[in-house]
This record gives sequence, structure tokens and C-alpha cells, in this order.
Amino acid sequence: MTFEYAPAPESASVVTIADSYGLFINGRFVAAKGGKTFPTINPANEALLAKVAYASSDDVDKAVTAARSAYNKVWSKMAPAERGKYLFRIARILQERAREFAVLETLNNGKPIRETRDTDIPLAAAHFFYHAGWADKLEHAGVGNSPKPIGVAGQIIPWNFPLLMLSWKIAPALAAGNTVVLKPAETTPLTALLFAEVCQQAGLPDGVVNIVTGDGATGSYIVNHPGIDKIAFTGSTEVGKLIARSVAGTKKSVTLELGGKGANIIYEDAAIDEAVEGIVNGIFFNQGHVCCAGSRLLVQENIHDEIMEKLQRRMALIRVGDPMDKNTDMGAINSAAQLAKIKELTDAGAAEGASRWDTGCELPDKGFWFRPTIFTGVTQAHRIAQEEIFGPVLSVLTFRTPQEAIDKANNTPFGLSAGVWTDKGSKILWTANKLKAGVVWANTFNKFDPASPFGGYKESGWGREGGRHGLAAYLKGGK
Amino acid sequence: MLLVDGSESSLKGLLQTLPPVDEVGATSRAAMLGTRSIKTSSKRWAIDTAISMIDLTTLEGSDTPGKVRALCSKAVQPDPTDSSVPHVGAICVYNDMVSIARQHLDAIGGESIPVAAVSTAFPSGRASFDVKKRDTQDALDAGATEIDMVIDRGAFLSGDLMKVFTEIVYIKELCRDKAHLKVIFETGELVTLDNVRKASFLAMAAGADFIKTSTGKISPAATPPVVLVMLEAVRDFHTMTGVKIGVKPAGGIRNTKDAIKQLVLVNETAGSEWLNPQLFRIGASALLNDLLMQRMKLNDGHYSGPNYVTID
Repeated sequence: MTFEYAPAPESASVVTIADSYGLFINGRFVAAKGGKTFPTINPANEALLAKVAYASSDDVDKAVTAARSAYNKVWSKMAPAERGKYLFRIARILQERAREFAVLETLNNGKPIRETRDTDIPLAAAHFFYHAGWADKLEHAGVGNSPKPIGVAGQIIPWNFPLLMLSWKIAPALAAGNTVVLKPAETTPLTALLFAEVCQQAGLPDGVVNIVTGDGATGSYIVNHPGIDKIAFTGSTEVGKLIARSVAGTKKSVTLELGGKGANIIYEDAAIDEAVEGIVNGIFFNQGHVCCAGSRLLVQENIHDEIMEKLQRRMALIRVGDPMDKNTDMGAINSAAQLAKIKELTDAGAAEGASRWDTGCELPDKGFWFRPTIFTGVTQAHRIAQEEIFGPVLSVLTFRTPQEAIDKANNTPFGLSAGVWTDKGSKILWTANKLKAGVVWANTFNKFDPASPFGGYKESGWGREGGRHGLAAYLKGGK
Repeated sequence: MLLVDGSESSLKGLLQTLPPVDEVGATSRAAMLGTRSIKTSSKRWAIDTAISMIDLTTLEGSDTPGKVRALCSKAVQPDPTDSSVPHVGAICVYNDMVSIARQHLDAIGGESIPVAAVSTAFPSGRASFDVKKRDTQDALDAGATEIDMVIDRGAFLSGDLMKVFTEIVYIKELCRDKAHLKVIFETGELVTLDNVRKASFLAMAAGADFIKTSTGKISPAATPPVVLVMLEAVRDFHTMTGVKIGVKPAGGIRNTKDAIKQLVLVNETAGSEWLNPQLFRIGASALLNDLLMQRMKLNDGHYSGPNYVTID
């Protein structure tokens, strides 16, 4: 007897997608200069979802001007408790319209509906709730008795958690009294544009939030615009370095959340079944499109075979397919370009001599797909142990002693996340103290909370987002 | 006996090599599997499968021959208006009702339905070992072909694992080829998931055919994390020995949704090979009628209400 799960698709009819979207500037949707647009698709089937305005430097200039005006005239002068009310209102609307956001995010990003429904959207609302409470308590943010906002923030976000990254950026900026010009990722603009509707619905004063859609060029107009006081970027280390170079010598402050190659360390005394779950969650959550993914598995050599056997059996259960199906565990790769990058790196892994295994699951004909894959016999010298793949690909390495685990975990230019699995509390603390990573999860992975600061060491970024530290980055004198 | 030679040192050796269970992780895995959306054809399959796995149970001080006969009739033909409904997995009663149940089942065409007796001073297990043995022998003599024994939780919690182990070994010896042995842990009294895993391996090594969560007299009973850990245990035991041990959650599974969640747990933990009444049972009484109502709803497109399912 086999238990086949019948298709259980979420209805796409809960959200209305327009044929085309303008830029959201000064509280209104406006066409880009010259009416230039670009298509945005559903990566699970390559169907066109909408046409989206392509912002030129003139459009970015308009958005910055609107944000500056709103900052000077309204937002920085508003009583902090009043700012908080707007944020609470936005948070509640996000909860009320959660299903709409979840469906739209899944359609535009390719990630499974279970994840947008249970993780992305609830966390996005939680970030607004959390920061709404901060708006009138900024003197406790650790930057002195009379904290002041920075001004106009230019914010550039990635495609892996579109609405969640938007909320990480906008909620603290607004709570601290800044106004923003935000650019969503080229491939995932739609939930940001739906969020613009939420701003209208909440009665947010015009110009406090401006959303400009486009590609890397649009992003560079924001970065280089003289009217911008602060840049907040989440994305690749490569682009992060470009931004750091661009703003060097200017008055702009910068926070960067960049790449990672997180080590997930499994000690011999770990709770094995839960550790296997943690490995799966660490690398296959969100198709591995997670900057803090546990993409390097460091497993103690004496339990390597047992872990691999259990991991492969567990991976065979990962349900890959229609992201709108409520039982799907892993959805589509976000873009053809990302899929090509994953293929290039995995081919390199095989060519360099690591052993490749994937689940062999069936993949849909259309869209961008990649099977859950592991490489065993990986060494630190392999590219797949060093470079961020940003896909559902796990590199498995072994260690013999705790110190060797630490040495290998830290032997990377990145330093964003790490995981430790052991039943011994003292070993967790010893390991966490030695890991050079911004976040260390113990006996869990990929857990997020708005109260917890998030950010990296080394080439994984500058500054923190979330918690008091993240808030301080939007206040003068904060970092 | 598998994995141990019957000595205390070998038993301790086995139990000490078990990896720990992380409560937070196991609970979140069980909760995630609880979000599976089982609809249409898969729901229909799951309902019929769940019905065929029910150990239809009455374990009350007020049980009478009439009540037990009625339950047996329900077991053979759960829905008098629809003969396509499968019969249940077994009838589960106290010792003194075993022969009544057996005779009635045989009389009404339920020869293939086993009668299970709860045993070894159910539910508390607080009696001398001699009484427990006689309790089991009494049930076997009355015609029980499944014995649901309770472990001595006091002995388990005080660290006297060998006492728990030898009791199971002895009761198994009594059952031999006459009856299937289900070993009840009363997980609500063992409390931790580490204890659940330890008890699972202890019972399997001692010769249990089934491991069972609870008596139904203590809450919490068959919670998803507990069943998850037991399913992991039978899966791992199979890997180690090649022998498949069954799992029986009992207590607190009252509606179709809960029953389907149990089947999902089986499917994605031990695997689909466990999805049959030989390896998975659900101890329940009220559950059957909810399954029947959901089944009617799938067929007719509307809920017909409690008066359209029989009360027995």
C-alpha cells in the first residue's frame, strides 16, 4: 500500500495581479520615464505574471526627492508614537492580507506556499509589529538620550525572501524616523508592489515609502544618488563590494548583508534524527536560496555513514514540485540565471572529484528546477566547499576533533551563520564561542526572530539587522 | 531476543548506544507533518485505511456483555448502509469480555477479527508479577489472540530496566505462537521522548510484536511527537535486525484529522510498508464514527450528522 498525496493546490484567485505596474513614488503609482517596462514571470512555469516599470536615473531621482520632502516635512517631525501607529497598522494589514501575500510571493518567487504561508509572511508582519513598538522608545536603542534618524535610506533587497527582506529594511527605517527608497529584486518585484498598496491602505503619508523597480543599474542609481544618506543592501558579496567602493569617501552610512557558506557541525553525541532534520532544513529550506544556509555539513567522521544513510532516506521524502501545492517541500529555482550558476558549480564539484548524489525525483517540464543534491568526499580545497552555491546543494566534509571542526568551519572568507548539534550544553557554548559567524544555531537551524540581530563577519557583511542593533543602524551615531 | 543476550549488561549496552532525542526538534518535525493537506482521493484512501487499523476498544468498569456484543457488530460492519466499509483491525476489551467478544464475532462473520485483551494489571501495572502472568494466561485461555500488556512504569522510572525487560520476555513466552504481544508504555507517565525511545528499544529487544503508546487512561497519550519517536525506533530496529515491529498509538485520537495525521507520520517516518493493520493500529472508540461521517461526506458531498452513524 502506498499513500499518495492527491494534489492540494492553494487557489491563485485570492490575489489580483495587474497586467502592469508602475513605480510607487510619493504615494502614487506612476509610469517610468519613457514608459519602459520589463516582464516578471513565475519561475515554476515561466508564465508571464505582469509587466513592471523599469526605473531610470530620473525616476530614482524623483523617488529620492519625494522621500526627502516627506522626511523634512512630515516623517521626521511626527510624534514617535504616531509613527508607531502607522507601523502597527501596516503589520495588521499584512496579517489580514497574509493569504494574498503568500500566494503572490509563491507565484513570483517559486518557493512553496507552505513556506510563504508559515514563514515569510508571518515573519514579515512580526518585523513590523516589533519595530512599531520601538518607534517611541528610541532612547533605549543604545545611541544616546536623543536619537535622531539618518534621513533618506536607499534599500536594495534580494529575491530569496522578497517581502521578508523588505520588512527587515523598511520597518526599522520607518520606526527610527527615516524615509525610504526601496528597490526589490529584478525577478521578484510583485509583493513589494502589493506592499505599496498596503502603504496606501494604511494612509501612510506620501513619500515615506517609495518603491522603484528595475535591475542592477537601477540599484546603482540609488547607491550613487547624492540625496541618499544611508544604503542598506542584502545580496551577493560581489555586489556588496561594488557598493562599498561606490560609497567610500561619501557621507553615506552602509549596512551590507552578503553571502555565506555556513558550517553545520554535527557532533557524534547529537540527537541524530533531529540533526538530520536540521541538515535538511539548513540546506533545502527555500531551495537553498538562503544566505545563512548550512551549505557545508561538517560531520564527525565516526558517524558519517550513519548520518549519510539517514540523510539520503530523508531527502528521498522531500516533495519537489508545484510550489502552489500545500504539500510541496521544495519549489522552483528562482531564475534561469541562478539555475545556470548552480549547474556550473555542481559540475565543477563533480569534476574536482567529489561524489555527487541526488534524489532522482521527477521534475516538472517547464520552469527552473534542481534536485536536492549532496556531495560527499568534499575537501576544503574544492570550489563547492568555498563558493556560495545558493541552491539545494550540500557539501559534506568530515572532522575528527572539535578543534578541527572549528578550524574548518572558520576557514572561509564568509562568516554569516553556523549550526552546532550536540546533546552537551557545554560543548555548544565552547563551539559557539569559537565560531566566527554572526549567528550560531544550536540544535536547530534557520530560525529567525525580529528581536534577534542578524548579520555577518568578514565578507558576509557589515552591521546587523533586527533587534536593537539593527534599529541602531538607522539612527545617527548607530552602526 | 534480538540485539541483546538477556543479560543486564547487554540491555544497558543497547540502551546506552541510542542517540538522544531533542524534544524541540522532534516536536517541530511532528508539527510540520501535521500540516500535510490530505484531500479527495488520498483522503478517501486514508479513511478506509484508518478504519481497517482501528482496535475498537471499550475498557470501562461499566462494560457488559451487551455493550461488547454491540461493539463487535460495529467492528464487523461499521456502516450498515454501506458494505464497502472495511471491518476494523481488532476488538480490544478486558479479560472477562474476551470469550463473549470471540463468540459473538464468530457468530456474525467476524472470524478474521482478532480479540485483544489488556493485560498485566492494566492500566497501572501495579501488581505482583505472579498476578500479571496469571492475568495474561487467563486472557489467552479465554481466546485472546492479541495481548496488550502494560510495562511497569515504576520500575522503568526507578532505573530497574531489567525488571521491565524480564516481564516482557516472560509474557512474550506465554503468548508464543498463540497471540501477538503489544507492549504499552503509558508515555504520559514516561514523559520524556528520551524515555520513549529507550522504552521502545527495550520492548523490541524483549520480543514485543507491537509497541503501544498508552492505556487511554492517562493524558497526554498518543501525541504526534511520541508517535514520531516510536516510528523512528521501529524503522531503526528494522535497519539493525531486519525485523518489522508494529506501532499502536492509543488515546486522544478522536477525529479523522488526527487519524490522518497519524498515517502521514507513518508514511514519512517508518515508510509506507508500515501502512497496514499488521504493522499499524490505532486504539480508539469515538474515532470510528467520525471516520464514517467523513466517509459519507466524501461520498454524498454533505455532512449527514451524528444520527446517521450508529452508536454502539
